[in-house]
Amino acid sequence: MMLLTAMNVLPNFFGGGGDSISSILSMLFYVVFIVFLFYGQRIQMYVMIREVEGSLYKLKYIKEEGRKITIQTIKDIGKPQTDPSARVDRYLEYFTISPQSMDPAGIVYKLDHILDVRDTRLKDEVKIMAPESSEVQINNLENTLEAAMALNFIYKVVRHYYIQGKKTLSLYVIMQLQMILPLVMKEAEAYASALKAFADGQPIGDGAGPWVAAKLMHGYETRKVPKDCVVASVPIEGRTAFIIKAEGPGGNVGKPGEAVKAVIDENKGKIASVIMIDAGLKLEGEMVGEVAEGIGAAIGGPGVDQFKIEESVVKYKIPLNAVIIKEDIGDAVSPLRKEIADSVDKVIERVKNVILERTKEGDKIIIVGVGNTIGIGQ
Amino acid sequence: MSQNSSSATKISTYLMMIVLIVLALAIIALVSAAYMYPSNLEFALFLLATGVIAMGLSVYVLLQSRKRMASMKIEAPKVMTTVECRKCNIKNVREFQRGDYVFKDLEPCQKCNDNMIITAIYKEVKEKEKTYGV
Repeated sequence: MMLLTAMNVLPNFFGGGGDSISSILSMLFYVVFIVFLFYGQRIQMYVMIREVEGSLYKLKYIKEEGRKITIQTIKDIGKPQTDPSARVDRYLEYFTISPQSMDPAGIVYKLDHILDVRDTRLKDEVKIMAPESSEVQINNLENTLEAAMALNFIYKVVRHYYIQGKKTLSLYVIMQLQMILPLVMKEAEAYASALKAFADGQPIGDGAGPWVAAKLMHGYETRKVPKDCVVASVPIEGRTAFIIKAEGPGGNVGKPGEAVKAVIDENKGKIASVIMIDAGLKLEGEMVGEVAEGIGAAIGGPGVDQFKIEESVVKYKIPLNAVIIKEDIGDAVSPLRKEIADSVDKVIERVKNVILERTKEGDKIIIVGVGNTIGIGQ
Repeated sequence: MSQNSSSATKISTYLMMIVLIVLALAIIALVSAAYMYPSNLEFALFLLATGVIAMGLSVYVLLQSRKRMASMKIEAPKVMTTVECRKCNIKNVREFQRGDYVFKDLEPCQKCNDNMIITAIYKEVKEKEKTYGV
């Protein structure tokens, strides 16, 4: 009743004519103009903070889901006696300190050693967490945990800058974060997708190289080469090809640098060409699964293997060729797309072309399928 | 931890309360507009407009929040496994099962008794990439 009375009174404030409404509107316009004049930047900042906050919630959700999937997978596969949650939480906080680079001489081998120690340590942790798992499953679980670790790290870094921006009310801190957020979110979503793929042991986009190598070596005898790689001697177009890939089907990238060095040394440097096959980052506008050819060591990661391969080929002046399959970062760590699977045969054709054009009959060549071989045997 | 994750997927109670209050006020405004009509036409129209806008805004905010929550969920893509018998060229495509891997030998083929083999594992992406006309 009171409300109705109040509503009866209200129209008096507005007056009867259109003039009052237009003066109210113009007054409103001036107020808005003045507010924006003095507080425009702050309002803009609050809009940005809200946007970042939304993404941060999403990151938190993705991170928590990742953690849950990881723990569940460990419970399903590893059948631990105790709840692995606490150990997983500890694992997610692991860090690696890169070697000092003030005197860069020998830094590659220092980094290599640190990465080896890290790998051994993480594998040991997984073995304790999941005692009933096989070697393949340990590799898959390690990859799953690494994806969860990446998600945890992304969330923490974004949260750090968000809180810092809110604390200092600095437009520039918030603006930088807001500008890179779409790329960060894309990467986080890719890792979330990767986590599920690793947990189930599905091939990922990065496995395009090992898939090509596996297809070339399938049916031939393989032997292990250091470290975590396999090699098969395969006759292709009248040449002898040593096909190298990481040992599958567990999640593993191996150490192609050491494997290439071992095969070159076994053949006393008498190798006509080294051909590397890897997934390469595509630019926007390029199609997923496009195949391109080039020169150099097609291999990502911290650079240790690239260094070792380059060192080995330079020693014997061996030409280094590369074939890449284009995909974006999301495709590289999420389940392998059909377009990439379809391009495997195209890559084999390109490799054969390189062999025919760049080597002679009877030559020995090395073909390396670089990438994570999860879900791909040999 | 699970509580945290569930809170991330729910609409905040604070926002929900504001939306409900605005919605209630909008309904009051609409009812009042009906009471005023036709005795005070101008004010009834004003209340009607206010009520409709407030209702529209609250429904919009609610839908946007729901959409945001839905966008948080990352759907696992459907991954397919291609199983082939290389001797008699039989090809089957089925859903991926844990333990599958490319070049895994499976049970013998029903026709030729040769081992079937997994030749591909991939996900199909339904939506086509935009070309942006360049």
